[in-house]
Amino acid sequence: MEQTLLVIVLAPLLASIIAGFLGKRIGRVATHSITIAGVAVACGLSIQVLLGLVNGAPVFDGAVYTWLVSDGISMQVGFLVDRLAALMMVVVTFISLMVHIYTIGYMREDPGYTRFFSYISLFTFAMLMLVMSNNLMQLFFGWEGVGVVSYLLIGFWYTKPTAIAASMKAFLVNRVGDFGFLLGIAGLVHLTGSLHYSEIFAQADKIAGSTFELFPGHVWQAATVICIGLFIGAMGKSAQVPLHVWLPDSMEGPTPISALIHAATMVTAGIFMVARMSPIFELSEAALSFVLVIGSTTALFMGFLGIVNNDIKRVVAYSTLSQLGYMTADLGVSAYAGSIFHLMTHAFFKALLFLAAGSVIIAMHHEQDMRKMGGLKKYMPITYWTALIGTLALIGFPGFAGFFSKDAVLEAVHASHLPGATYAYWCLLIGVFVTAFYSFRLVFMTFHGEERMDHHTREHLHESPWVVTLPLVLLAIPSVLIGWFTIEPLLFGGYFESSIRVAENHDVLHHVAEEFHGPAAFVLHGFSGPAVWLAAAGVVLAWFLYLKRPDLPAQLRARAGPVYTLLENKYYFDWFNEHVIAAGSRMLGTALWKGGDVALIDGAAVNGTARLVGWVASVARGLQSGYLYHYAFATIIGLSVLLAWLLWRS
Amino acid sequence: MLVNVLFYVFGAILVLTAIGVITARNPVHCALFLVAAFLNSAVIWLLLDAEFLALTLVVVYVGAVMVLWLFVVMMLDIDVAKLRQGFTRYAPLGALIALIVVVQIGLVVYVRNLGLTDTAAAAVNHPEGYSNTQELGHLLYTQYLYPFEIAAVILLVAIVAAITLTMRDRPGQKVQDIGKQVAVRAKDRLRIVKMDAETRQ
Amino acid sequence: MIPLSHVLLLSGILFSLAVAGIFINRKNVLLLLMCIELMLLSVNFNFIAFSHYLGDLAGQVFVFFILTVAAAESAIGLAILVVLFRERRSINVEDLDAMRG
Repeated sequence: MEQTLLVIVLAPLLASIIAGFLGKRIGRVATHSITIAGVAVACGLSIQVLLGLVNGAPVFDGAVYTWLVSDGISMQVGFLVDRLAALMMVVVTFISLMVHIYTIGYMREDPGYTRFFSYISLFTFAMLMLVMSNNLMQLFFGWEGVGVVSYLLIGFWYTKPTAIAASMKAFLVNRVGDFGFLLGIAGLVHLTGSLHYSEIFAQADKIAGSTFELFPGHVWQAATVICIGLFIGAMGKSAQVPLHVWLPDSMEGPTPISALIHAATMVTAGIFMVARMSPIFELSEAALSFVLVIGSTTALFMGFLGIVNNDIKRVVAYSTLSQLGYMTADLGVSAYAGSIFHLMTHAFFKALLFLAAGSVIIAMHHEQDMRKMGGLKKYMPITYWTALIGTLALIGFPGFAGFFSKDAVLEAVHASHLPGATYAYWCLLIGVFVTAFYSFRLVFMTFHGEERMDHHTREHLHESPWVVTLPLVLLAIPSVLIGWFTIEPLLFGGYFESSIRVAENHDVLHHVAEEFHGPAAFVLHGFSGPAVWLAAAGVVLAWFLYLKRPDLPAQLRARAGPVYTLLENKYYFDWFNEHVIAAGSRMLGTALWKGGDVALIDGAAVNGTARLVGWVASVARGLQSGYLYHYAFATIIGLSVLLAWLLWRS
Repeated sequence: MLVNVLFYVFGAILVLTAIGVITARNPVHCALFLVAAFLNSAVIWLLLDAEFLALTLVVVYVGAVMVLWLFVVMMLDIDVAKLRQGFTRYAPLGALIALIVVVQIGLVVYVRNLGLTDTAAAAVNHPEGYSNTQELGHLLYTQYLYPFEIAAVILLVAIVAAITLTMRDRPGQKVQDIGKQVAVRAKDRLRIVKMDAETRQ
Repeated sequence: MIPLSHVLLLSGILFSLAVAGIFINRKNVLLLLMCIELMLLSVNFNFIAFSHYLGDLAGQVFVFFILTVAAAESAIGLAILVVLFRERRSINVEDLDAMRG
């Protein structure tokens, strides 16, 4: 088993190294063949591992290499491959494989072709290290690794200033999250003396009983502090409010990576980490409430931003943010399994949507503004139908994968009694309406209605090559089917019983399970709840505003003035970061530089010391006049002082 | 009684001549004042039963060292006129410091009394035939022989040093350079030429 | 008998006069050397006084050696002065500040 795991991790790495260093030499075909082979091997073996685990193979928890042991804390490269990790491995490698194939077509004309393949294979390696890890250090390694590759890929077209700015933004915002993450890890290490999951979870009682006094006079539960620290890391990586600002800008990178990293895999690392740490999160209701409120706020408010945006990729990005909010809210009510389920289904249909958007973008010669599209349905049928399937999955059309996972989330939140659950439920419910609205707004504006592109572009419109459409089809299939088949084992069948621990009083999924009588019954049950009807209302409204009466949106915008401005400026988060935080930091830096470094350290301490020495020396120099009579004078004065002192003493 | 009076008289003169040394303008006068100071102190030493040393002071110190001084003073072509200027600026300060030191020494001597009574040595009455010189010689050649020899070496060193410092080459002086003389070779002085015999023309 | 303290006071006066002489004088190097002689004289006085009062001839032996060394020292000092004068053609103390810091 260990060999298999090593091959899974190292195959993409090896392919990445070869593609990176020898790419130019061996040519494009060889490069993409090697990298696709690497990821395909990883994918195949991951599926094998998953099937093995499902059929009763033992969980693998062991170290492969001990890096160092310091003060009793052992830092190792190790794997914990249980069903949770295996599920993530399959999702990651499968989507990565689809993206690899897709890239052959998408990046065909790009001079950085081989570099791109190297990066996405490297990403696969880092993400696998993250999900397969059995200790916090390796998790953090993978965490930082995916952050670095994300930075490299967002800024892939490094001659574009906006791309560079976006990549820096992503990295820096993630860093803020990482700070909280490190504090959480430090808290865990401090209390348990170990970085390994198994050892930490075994000491959960000790963590439950401990407190931290961060500020004198305010004593906090250790579990709360640690979990909030860990969750701040998840906020950065999974783009929750207020650390979400990097995700829309990350659309500067090529579309394949938007699909791979910012929809399906990297942003889910935060969700995965919280699910992995469930034994710790269960100890603190305050932290869970915090998670719940942040998640549901993100879900709703990011959805609003998707309504007013005209860039096809950014709409899908806001959709991702909103869905991540759903996953986070599910974590907050301790329905970890539901969150992972939604993560899995979302990975498929969101990757599909991104790749479809990419297909549209290539066909439109890299035009991304939806106001210049329209009526593409008849030119790009495969893209249209797969995009439609993805959108239906996203809005929760009954029977599609998204329906099962989203409704499970809603049921779980509804059943929770945590502080903030009611607020969350309303946010998520309204969010369903908003999601449906902006999703179908995208579909109608892009594929239906009048054709708004210019004549030249229209002439060149055609369906994308098979390397682009094949992944779309391969992703559409699970978007339809996977929910039906996996909801029961995943959520109610004890699939995660060894990986996720839920406390008795938080177990909402137990309540939901009582009402669950199979997928077909769940579909019918959905018709009796508000969600399906809200989604339908959203679709109808989108149809009305964008197909029936396309003149209305402009009038509404004029009427809604200030609300619209608020949305257009993304709730002024970017403005705040730029003008308050960044400018404030720069001011602080300048003040410390001029005041602290130049004036104090250089001027007073370093140069000041030199000047003091010089001054003392110049005074002392005066004593050495060279005149004998001065020296004699000094001698006799010294003598008389000494005599006086001796006389005084006696 | 007489001894005390003599002591005070010669002591006063000593102080006056000392003041004269430091205040005289002409360096020759300074040297002469110094001679007078030495003579006076020789007398006081006599009063203190240090006969040999008193006479040594006169013969050696005044007679040789001070004469040397006078030689040097007169040899150096000193611009006396320039020396007359600018003296009194520091006099008050110097006088003050000297006064302070004297007062302090007085305090040490009188107030602390040095563990001795003033007339402790009243008992020093020498027997008949006591010769200070003989006693001193006794000590020098027995107990202090080694320092005595070293003193002689010091004097030798002083001679050598003084000569070495001041001797200089005068141009135009015909002096033999022994080193060069010894290093001469025959062929530098004599050249043998082979010639045929010639008859007188 | 002459009181010891009087002799000591006399030598103290001589000493301080000599020291005053050193820093009053700014013009004449010779005077400097003469003041040193005076200081040595005052020290000799002390030795003789104590030798007389303690009845120990060691003090006089010491004076003997001091006289020797003082003589040697004046000889060399004067030699140096002569050489200095040859170079500088001046015995002004205020000109002798080459060792200033």
